[in-house]
Amino acid sequence: MLRYVGRRLLQMIPVFFGATLLIYALVFLMPGDPVQALGGDRGLTEAAAEKIRQEYNLDKPFIVQYLLYIKGIFVLDFGTTFSGQPVIDVMARAFPVTIKLAIMALLFESILGIIFGVIAGIRRGGIFDSTVLVLSLIVIAVPTFVIGFVLQFLVGVKWGLLPVTVGSNTSITALIMPAVVLGAVSFAYVLRLTRQSVSENLRADYVRTARAKGMSGFNVMNRHVLRNSLIPVATFLGADLGALMGGAIVTEGIFGINGVGGTLYQAILKGEPTTVVSIVTVLVIVYIIANLLVDLIYAVLDPRIRYA
Amino acid sequence: MTTNIPQTPNHEGEQPLLELKDLKISFTSSTGVVDAVRGANLTIYPGQSVAIVGESGSGKSTTAMSIIGLLPGTGKVTEGSIMFDGQDITGLSNKQMEKYRGSEIGLVPQDPMTNLNPVWRIGTQVKESLRANHVVPGSEMDKRVAEVLAEAGLPDAERRAKQYPHEFSGGMRQRALIAIGLAARPKLLIADEPTSALDVTVQRQILDHLETLTKDLGTAVLFITHDLGLAAERAEHLVVMHRGRIVESGPSLKILRNPQHPYTQRLVKAAPSLASARIQSAQEQGIESAELLSATAVAEGTIPEMEEKVIEVKNLTREFDIRGARGDKKKLKAVDDVSFFVRKGTTTALVGESGSGKSTVANMVLNLLEPTSGEVLYNGTDLTSLSHKEIFQMRRKLQVVFQNPYGSLDPMYSIYRCIEEPLTIHKVGGDRKAREARVAELLDMVSMPRSTMRRYPNELSGGQRQRIAIARALALNPEVIVLDEAVSALDVLVQNQILTLLAELQQELKLTYLFITHDLAVVRQTADDVVVMQKGRIVEKGRTDDIFNDPQQHYTRDLINAVPGLGIELGTGENLV
Amino acid sequence: MPNNEFHTNHSLGQDDQTPDQAHFFPQGRGEALVRPGQEHFIAATDETGLGAVDAVADDSAPTSMWGEAWRDLRRRPLFWVSAVLIILALLLAAVPQLFTSTDPQFCVLANSLDGPQSGHPFGFDRQGCDIFARTVYGARASVAVGVLTTLLVALIGTVFGALAGFFGGIMDTILSRITDMFFAIPLVLAAIVVMQMFKEHRTIVTVVLVLGLFGWTNIARITRGAVMTAKNEEYVTSARALGASKAKILLSHIMPNAAAPIIVYATVALGTFIVAEATLSFLGIGLPPSIVSWGADIAKAQTSLRTQPMVLFYPAMALALTVLSFIMMGDVVRDALDPKSRKR
Repeated sequence: MLRYVGRRLLQMIPVFFGATLLIYALVFLMPGDPVQALGGDRGLTEAAAEKIRQEYNLDKPFIVQYLLYIKGIFVLDFGTTFSGQPVIDVMARAFPVTIKLAIMALLFESILGIIFGVIAGIRRGGIFDSTVLVLSLIVIAVPTFVIGFVLQFLVGVKWGLLPVTVGSNTSITALIMPAVVLGAVSFAYVLRLTRQSVSENLRADYVRTARAKGMSGFNVMNRHVLRNSLIPVATFLGADLGALMGGAIVTEGIFGINGVGGTLYQAILKGEPTTVVSIVTVLVIVYIIANLLVDLIYAVLDPRIRYA
Repeated sequence: MTTNIPQTPNHEGEQPLLELKDLKISFTSSTGVVDAVRGANLTIYPGQSVAIVGESGSGKSTTAMSIIGLLPGTGKVTEGSIMFDGQDITGLSNKQMEKYRGSEIGLVPQDPMTNLNPVWRIGTQVKESLRANHVVPGSEMDKRVAEVLAEAGLPDAERRAKQYPHEFSGGMRQRALIAIGLAARPKLLIADEPTSALDVTVQRQILDHLETLTKDLGTAVLFITHDLGLAAERAEHLVVMHRGRIVESGPSLKILRNPQHPYTQRLVKAAPSLASARIQSAQEQGIESAELLSATAVAEGTIPEMEEKVIEVKNLTREFDIRGARGDKKKLKAVDDVSFFVRKGTTTALVGESGSGKSTVANMVLNLLEPTSGEVLYNGTDLTSLSHKEIFQMRRKLQVVFQNPYGSLDPMYSIYRCIEEPLTIHKVGGDRKAREARVAELLDMVSMPRSTMRRYPNELSGGQRQRIAIARALALNPEVIVLDEAVSALDVLVQNQILTLLAELQQELKLTYLFITHDLAVVRQTADDVVVMQKGRIVEKGRTDDIFNDPQQHYTRDLINAVPGLGIELGTGENLV
Repeated sequence: MPNNEFHTNHSLGQDDQTPDQAHFFPQGRGEALVRPGQEHFIAATDETGLGAVDAVADDSAPTSMWGEAWRDLRRRPLFWVSAVLIILALLLAAVPQLFTSTDPQFCVLANSLDGPQSGHPFGFDRQGCDIFARTVYGARASVAVGVLTTLLVALIGTVFGALAGFFGGIMDTILSRITDMFFAIPLVLAAIVVMQMFKEHRTIVTVVLVLGLFGWTNIARITRGAVMTAKNEEYVTSARALGASKAKILLSHIMPNAAAPIIVYATVALGTFIVAEATLSFLGIGLPPSIVSWGADIAKAQTSLRTQPMVLFYPAMALALTVLSFIMMGDVVRDALDPKSRKR
């Protein structure tokens, strides 16, 4: 078990450096001289610009910048924005609400997705199954922002059931709609995955053996079908957490949430490399941790791979 | 060699435990309704052993599953009745059947790997049976689990109960399944091919054990099997099914010695274990058996070429680096100092159970795997010393037919392309027209219609695909063909057909065969020489007659004794047409 | 002495075949008791006769795996629905002139938010552009991005996955780690960053390149899995035993067999790339305003949602239907190719 986790951890190290380097390179190559942009309309003297460049290490070669940056991460120093704010403060403001949103979305997609998926899987080919399949396709096909709009309009404006935007009101009620919108596509995937898994496992040989023992249908369902079917679903959900946090840009935009997505978007537009890279680095770390957790969960759920 | 057939004492006026009357079972698919079982009649008495024998598609498993109410998919009993212990249990709902399952009717299913849930411990799965049938109160469950597992022949039961299925060997898993099937002491145990996935020596142990156990408990056993020999050995009443109908049924020995129905006659004639039993009998009586398919039997006297060594293996060894169960590095000697030779124009059988190393040897002979040490000589030349190009040339002379008919032909290739492939790779055979003619010729040789060329593997049955594989192997006019368990996955009649074909081809084309197999009965019929392997080493080798009539080693004797049906007194088969 | 009679029940007319039973019985053992219901029974021969062993059924036309899948597909209504929609989308993209003669960029402010009129069945948007024309012409951007990105992604992903799966070892480790690196960065995020870089050069090609550069990871994983499965099949070993070269085995045996899951995934991916493009346009960093895009139109229609919801509705519907058609097609093709539903 330990060697399995250890090996996965080792594999993630190059991934961490590679991904962060990649995004650093992309951002670094963003055109435009951010220093001049700082000066606004007045423009900066060459000397002042030079001073700022030195301060932000912008004059050093790319690789050195990158390594300095990575060094900084390990002491939680993510640098400062061009307006002087420590990036870590910016992130500390933005991450909590996004984490809250992502967890709510995860709960929504897992609970509802699994329930519906199980029912559809058991009654495969029935009316519920066909309906649910078509619905899931539609949810995947319609872009998140359209779903977001429509829901915001109907539920928020027309029927006034939930707050239209979030802003500083980050209560759970206010986040319900955005969570549903954010988790919608994943909900469809969880549903389909569960359905497929349950439907396959129902036909498994060991389910027949369980029935042959005289176990009640309920027990067979619980201990054999569900238990095994949920393994792939659990791994998907684990990996989805990272994806949810990184993909919330649109949702946060529509519902006015000052989270990671919105902050990131602004930073990209303004050409703030440090903020962009920092946020993405944290997202990559979240992704890596989520993947390791998933591997752990998988090993707990499936004894076969514990010694792989 | 006579074997003990279970004898039930005289029970006057006893009521049958199970009665199937005119049972009809059908499945609904997208193409319509298919009748899997048409009018089956079966009676089983308490404590009796009955066997249903048939090939795949005969309906034997379907019949058995209907008794316990576990028909797969859309299966349904459409007519007839199932009476169990005087009660009509046809068409009971799942909830109603739950009362019978486990406590009255038990099941030992076929494949030990897929029939155990990989995520639960063995002990837990046994406990489920105890719990579902309220066998013992909760506090005594763990004890009973260990008892039941030990009963089924699992040593160190208490420790084993805490392990997971993947930590068990195939034989151990099967024993666990038997324990589960018998845990609640059912009156009837349905054993669906309970040992077909296992090694032959393990098979015998398990079946012996099952026999003793069920006799002690007074459980009736319904065996489902494709192996006539097994059926005759273990059951007193035999039922033969073909395409959903019962074609013959009655006392097992009687049917085997004197089958009446044409289908049963075919089966009895073709079953390797029975054929081997008859050959042995003939040998003992000094008669030349007509059923031998080996080259030396066909030839008159010994032909000088037959003493030539076409393949010789010297001190062949192969080691693998593997990880043990706890993740530690180990070296596995899959093949350990193996030496033997294959005589030209004859068949040498390389026999062994799983883990014996026979397939690894075959792979080294075919140059698909590098030996760690030792030599493989082909007509005197050491294969390991040849250059890449020379090996390529040599491949034309050494061909192979693999075991799995459903995997050895590329599903994307038409049959024509499959057979043509060797010609294109080695750039022989001339232009397209010439190649087509050659492929047609090859199809003729394996008795397949020429139109098969245009077809695809998924349209052919297992036996037909093997014939294509043989045709492909013949394309380059080889000298030697390695048959790696080439008939093990086939039904009895088809197996016999392929073996006969191979024997004919051997005669016609003067081929040499290296036959890798675990089935000693097939070896008796077809091989001139036998090499017995166990755990990577050679245990014994020699002429077939010598090995079977006078085995020297303990293991060889075990192997021969383990073949189901080999020991039954069947006569010499003169009455079989 | 137990009942010694044989109730033979057969219609083969073989009364002369009462063999000398005593010769074959083991010494010192009596006949097994024959009980009611278990007498020796022989059935009449089947009407069709026994037939030859394992005869070849030569009555139907030959069908390959793809042929069988096609036959299965033909019978599914969902296949036809998605096929029609796809063809419609392709037509709209290729020859929008066939469907409307109005210029989608011709906008008259005076017509702002007007309802449907003759010749303008969908009415006008806030800028006074004909919605119907914009819906028709918007197909080109979406379909072009979808198709081109999928081709690019299929190319990169398949090569990566095939090499990793086939050669294994070090190559697999390196390629898999590279795949993981790209996987760790969310697609939309990376797209936004790069599109921002190319602010001045936004075209369909740039969008395709951006999406393609970060969207190949899933196909790579699927290909790797499919190749590894195929590699272990016996027909590959057979080909090796024949002396086939590695290249031939990979290209001629493995890739055709790995194609099925790749094709299924690519079809679904096409749909998701169309959504991605629309999302980028919605965020304002996708295609420039000079190219008609459904995403941009939806973004613009946000403000008119309360008064004229249809302005949002039409481009949204068109987008959803196009994506749906590809995703449905992927679903249906997967079911048709599913080996569990194929007969042996």
